[in-house]
Amino acid sequence: MSFSATTQINGKTAIISIAGELDAASAPAFRQEIEQAAAANPEHLVLEMSELEYMASAGLRVLIFAKQKMGVNVDVYVVAAQEMVLETLEKTGFDQSVIIADRYDTAVTA
Amino acid sequence: MERIDIHPTHSSGNYRLRCGRPLPFGATLIAGGVNFSIYSSHATSCTLVLFKRHQPEPVAEILFPEEFRIGNVWSMIVFDLDYENLEYGYRMDGPVDFQQGHWFNPQKILMDPYAKIIGGRDVWGIEPDWSNAYQHRARLAFDDFDWGNDRPLEIPPEDQIIYEMHVRGFTQHPSSGVKETHRGTFAAVRDKIPYLKQLGVNAIELMPIFEFDEFENSRCHPETNELLLNYWGYSTVGFFAPKAGYAATGKYGMQVDELKSLVKDLHKNGIEVILDVVFNHTAEGNENGPYISFRGIDNKTYYMLTPEGYYFNFSGCGNTLNCNHPIVRNIVLDCLRYWVSEYHIDGFRFDLASILGRDPWGAPLANPPLLETLAFDPILAKCKLIAEAWDAGGLYQVGSFPAYGRWAEWNGKYRDDIRQFLKGDAGKVGAMAQCLQGSPDLYASAGRGPATSINFITAHDGFTLADLVSYNGKHNAANGEYNSDGSNDNESWNCGAEGWTEDPSINALRQRQIRNAIAMLMVSQGVPMLLMGDELGRSQHGNNNTYCHDNELNWLDWDLLKTNQDLFHFVSHCLHFRQAHPVLRNRYHFQNRDYVGSGYADISWHGTQAWQADWSEASRTLAFMLCGKHAKQGSVTDNYIYVAMNMYWDTQWFEVPALPASLKWHVSVNTGSPFDHFAIGVEPELEHQHGLLMRDHSVAILVGR
Repeated sequence: MSFSATTQINGKTAIISIAGELDAASAPAFRQEIEQAAAANPEHLVLEMSELEYMASAGLRVLIFAKQKMGVNVDVYVVAAQEMVLETLEKTGFDQSVIIADRYDTAVTA
Repeated sequence: MERIDIHPTHSSGNYRLRCGRPLPFGATLIAGGVNFSIYSSHATSCTLVLFKRHQPEPVAEILFPEEFRIGNVWSMIVFDLDYENLEYGYRMDGPVDFQQGHWFNPQKILMDPYAKIIGGRDVWGIEPDWSNAYQHRARLAFDDFDWGNDRPLEIPPEDQIIYEMHVRGFTQHPSSGVKETHRGTFAAVRDKIPYLKQLGVNAIELMPIFEFDEFENSRCHPETNELLLNYWGYSTVGFFAPKAGYAATGKYGMQVDELKSLVKDLHKNGIEVILDVVFNHTAEGNENGPYISFRGIDNKTYYMLTPEGYYFNFSGCGNTLNCNHPIVRNIVLDCLRYWVSEYHIDGFRFDLASILGRDPWGAPLANPPLLETLAFDPILAKCKLIAEAWDAGGLYQVGSFPAYGRWAEWNGKYRDDIRQFLKGDAGKVGAMAQCLQGSPDLYASAGRGPATSINFITAHDGFTLADLVSYNGKHNAANGEYNSDGSNDNESWNCGAEGWTEDPSINALRQRQIRNAIAMLMVSQGVPMLLMGDELGRSQHGNNNTYCHDNELNWLDWDLLKTNQDLFHFVSHCLHFRQAHPVLRNRYHFQNRDYVGSGYADISWHGTQAWQADWSEASRTLAFMLCGKHAKQGSVTDNYIYVAMNMYWDTQWFEVPALPASLKWHVSVNTGSPFDHFAIGVEPELEHQHGLLMRDHSVAILVGR
């Protein structure tokens, strides 16, 4: 499945929904969405991943870029990640740098 | 303004090129492309070979244009590469002359010695495709890991308690309780951090984690047909790359992130990371070994060769890295700097380090440039440098390893002396006193402090602690070498029966001996090192050289935590006791006198009678008292500590030295009692303040407060 990324800005929250396979070929498109979202100076960056089926090293690189681009004051949420993606985030320790959640709305009010 | 130094000037086929930058060596990601840089003193031409990941055949070969060579360095920028899926190697042409040491062969594809990720053995234990012309495949790594506020911890060496572990062996056993997909990996070590904290260690020393090939010299056991592997990994393929097969994410090429994440989390929990590094030889073996990298790049430079062109074998592993050649010295330095700065590694233990002090013809140097360079390097300035101060060529330098005020040593003499005292040998009381003080006999005259001595009773090489008290001889049949491998000098004692027994008195004695060993180790000045699993009574069934077993012989059985829970609690108590008492962790040697006016010497020696140690040949008892007012040279105040050791075969009454009037002795440890330890701070008072009855083969630790 090909990769797609769409960004929505709701006030101080930027939501990027990504789907398909995040690898070296699709990473630049994702990166562009992140830069666009960062330009809106959000307080929360939400990465909606329920449709993301695969993430290669290049994908992890962009996530690391997202976290560092946003800065320490922006909370990054990884929402509804599938098992493979979640496992990768755990093993590489990236889960320590972001907030992992099933749903953004419940995570943010919790 | 647009930069013009990032635009191509040359082309080759579809590839656009530019003359590269010689530094840094290796493959470096730059804007728009990758900078490749490699050097050879004797090659006449060099070709970059590019692969798409996992493909057996190259996608391109680009000969370095002659104008891209500066000195002996070829460097080239290749633009627009899919660097995520890139694997690369080199072909080198040059002279072929065995006696001169030249092995150039342009048919061979060679791995970059500076490769930061190495593919080809992505998942542990999967039989490689031997027909593939390029086995160990260089890849690019990224330096984007978010370290937050982390950096190496710089724990004072004398405050360290080291735990030597094998990454795979620690959690591969199904009983480890970690996720199945994590077993045997860096991720699983991370899962076990709470265990390490509970145990009380503050440094882990990882047996080799540089990329190695577990299938190097793999073979089948001549009788059982079991597959035997290069399990320990003391044979380096690449010095800059973490072992992919130790990462749960190795198959995705994310091992760099996984290892960094482990280091960061360990640091967050106050635990340092020491790497066991092997610079004495490489995986290319002897004259019959494979071309992996150095052999085809610059054989004559990287290896010590006899005048006839054969490999010197000071390592016992086929070849010897030419460590004091300036080129090799630099790559070792580059390597260590990389691990400290990029992975935040806290220290290194150098396997067969005496080889690093030999000149290119094998003779020991008085002032080895490599050891000196490492000792004075600004990036390595705060990291621990620990030498295994001997080699397989007969050089034994415990006590005399060139130290430059920096190098610590695995104290092999400590190991042997304490083992002999422990099993009740005569004539060992004096040697034991040295062990307890951080071996001033070896180090004090050279101005080297107690932390120079890495104290250990067991290590991966040799018996486990449980086997040390259960076997008189080695039992190595499983290694397939008819019990001819492994050391014969074990200084072990089986306590009355060889191996497993139902005899309750023998088993009780073994339990005491294990506890005695741990107690002695933890009250010795210096840096204690514990072998993985000794806290749980792990056995290797008398095998003292389990280098080739990827099975339960080496995997830690976590069910022992239930069956040997008492032992775990005892060991953990001793470690925490050491951490609670600075008087056990002095930076400088004792002076054997009272220099703070407490009325007591910093250390005093006793025996069955207070103030009268029995130093005679027949003696098997020793006791000592540490004055808490002398802790850390009197800069902090600690309790008084008294330790009595009865390695005699009978119960004996030990008279205990009197404390200042307001203080009383309390019992922290008594391995001869059914209640072998009491929690720190709530120890019961010693029943008779003037002495205690010590059963045979037992150790007691008292606290005066």
